[in-house]
Amino acid sequence: MAKQTVDKKLLLKVAANARLNLTEKEVNLFLKDFKEILKAFETLDEISVEGEKPSFQPIQLENVVRKDEVEKCLSQEDALKNTRNKKDGYFMGPKAL
Amino acid sequence: MKQQTISQLISSIKRGEISVVEHIEKILEEAKQTNVMLNHFNIIAKDSALKQAKEIDAGLKTGRHKGKLLGVPLSVKDCICVKDIESRAGSKILSDYFPLFDATVIAKARAEGAIIIGKTAQDEFGFGTFSNNTGVGFEKPLNPVNPKRSCGGSSGGSAGFTGATKFAHGSLGQSTGGSIAAPASFCGVVGLTPTYGRVSRYGLIDYANSLDKIGSIGKTVEDAALLLEVISGHDVNDSTSLQEKVSGLSDLKPSSDLKIGIAKDFFEGCEEGVQKECMKAIDKLEKAGSKIEEISLPLNVKYGVAAYYLVSTTEASTNLARYCGMRYGLHDKIEGSFNEYFSNVRSKGFSQEAKRRILLGTFARMAGFRDAYYLKAMKLRTKLIKEFQEAFGKVDVIVNPTMPIVAPTFSEIEELSPMQEYAMDLCTVPANLAGLPHASVPVGTSKKMPVGLMITANHLEEEKMVKASLAFEEVCK
Repeated sequence: MAKQTVDKKLLLKVAANARLNLTEKEVNLFLKDFKEILKAFETLDEISVEGEKPSFQPIQLENVVRKDEVEKCLSQEDALKNTRNKKDGYFMGPKAL
Repeated sequence: MKQQTISQLISSIKRGEISVVEHIEKILEEAKQTNVMLNHFNIIAKDSALKQAKEIDAGLKTGRHKGKLLGVPLSVKDCICVKDIESRAGSKILSDYFPLFDATVIAKARAEGAIIIGKTAQDEFGFGTFSNNTGVGFEKPLNPVNPKRSCGGSSGGSAGFTGATKFAHGSLGQSTGGSIAAPASFCGVVGLTPTYGRVSRYGLIDYANSLDKIGSIGKTVEDAALLLEVISGHDVNDSTSLQEKVSGLSDLKPSSDLKIGIAKDFFEGCEEGVQKECMKAIDKLEKAGSKIEEISLPLNVKYGVAAYYLVSTTEASTNLARYCGMRYGLHDKIEGSFNEYFSNVRSKGFSQEAKRRILLGTFARMAGFRDAYYLKAMKLRTKLIKEFQEAFGKVDVIVNPTMPIVAPTFSEIEELSPMQEYAMDLCTVPANLAGLPHASVPVGTSKKMPVGLMITANHLEEEKMVKASLAFEEVCK
């Protein structure tokens, strides 16, 4: 992996993608941490993985499908039990536009 | 007085010597009292536990007394959903989340008569090695052997209370990179982590899907094995759960027939006292007739931690994207645009370590970096699994210290940088990355703190893991 440095601009882009607002203090802290952590990750440059397939699971798994039939699921009332922001049987969210 | 094992408790209940309600009242009272100082529980579920206990007592009177965990008090890591009991995975972002269903492991344990006594403290979403990365507003659980020291993490409360209680009890923990073995080692109890997919993850609040495993913690190997046996097996609600038949684990005998491989490379990074206690246990087992052979896992030792943190943070960052203050968990007044509202709630609800891992994971899967970081780690994982498989061609189980140190004090932990803290998972992450079943069994003490030996078996060979664990437990009595 090419040596990657993360500067403030890139960190703020990552944070925006992750929907996190960072304070100035957090920016400085995470910049320092990223530097140390990415340096440690550079050890992976030493080893070749050519010809290896990625292990998205650690053990061989088969795809599992079920019949396309309606099964019992949560009622609308239950689905709304854990939210405070609801209206007329729907979730209420922030403005989209 | 010698402490009762789970099977002894069940016998006493069946013979009518102990009322389930009285037993549960006692352990609830103990949990309440120890929690003032040791913070092992995020929630103590007194009312529902007593209700369950009364039902079991009533059943016993009418002759219904079946169940492998009849009347057994069970504590549960906060990240495992229990119906109608606030389940937060140790995070403020899940405040007021009351699951509408039981996780499969909870349903299975309840069906065998287990009684859920509470939700245990943990690093937020499992993001830690010492249970010091608790969520905003949560207390750190403290080590029952010495409260100035860490319980280990991330299943800290589960191992901590298992060590602290005077009563027969079991706990359900969860491991992504060593979160059952590490606290078991630090608290002097037994932790069993199954093969990836052996136990259903339905109802588990995810950290990293290709790594997460629910497992058991008990005072003895027998206790933990019984619990693991109950929760194992295929589940239609988890498409990654394995179809393979589960063998009985609770009635196994210690075995000296197994060939033990010592993973020498792992010993080198460990402090002297820890190395010594683990070698003493291995010597004892050799004297008892076991064959011991040195093996080497150089790639896992060298690259395991880096590969693990890339895979786990990447998966965590996608999992944690769902918390946005709308359908459940932490809410706020609805203001601003979608992005503003979500970012506001998330920034308030996650602690520093959660933010750090979300940022690392988001970075590692961004266009331009994904191939170099995430995909490389996933391919390397294949190589690391192959290295283990080769070793299992020569030996039945692999042993090494669970943790390179004994439970540290909180001031020692504060001096560690995040990367130094990640490096403490050196011995536990390889088996977790490879999805291998592994145990931590107490084998001695150093600096007056417990030392755990980690015993790893090949995929689906939980039986060998338990037999070897019983053998080590017996020679280290």
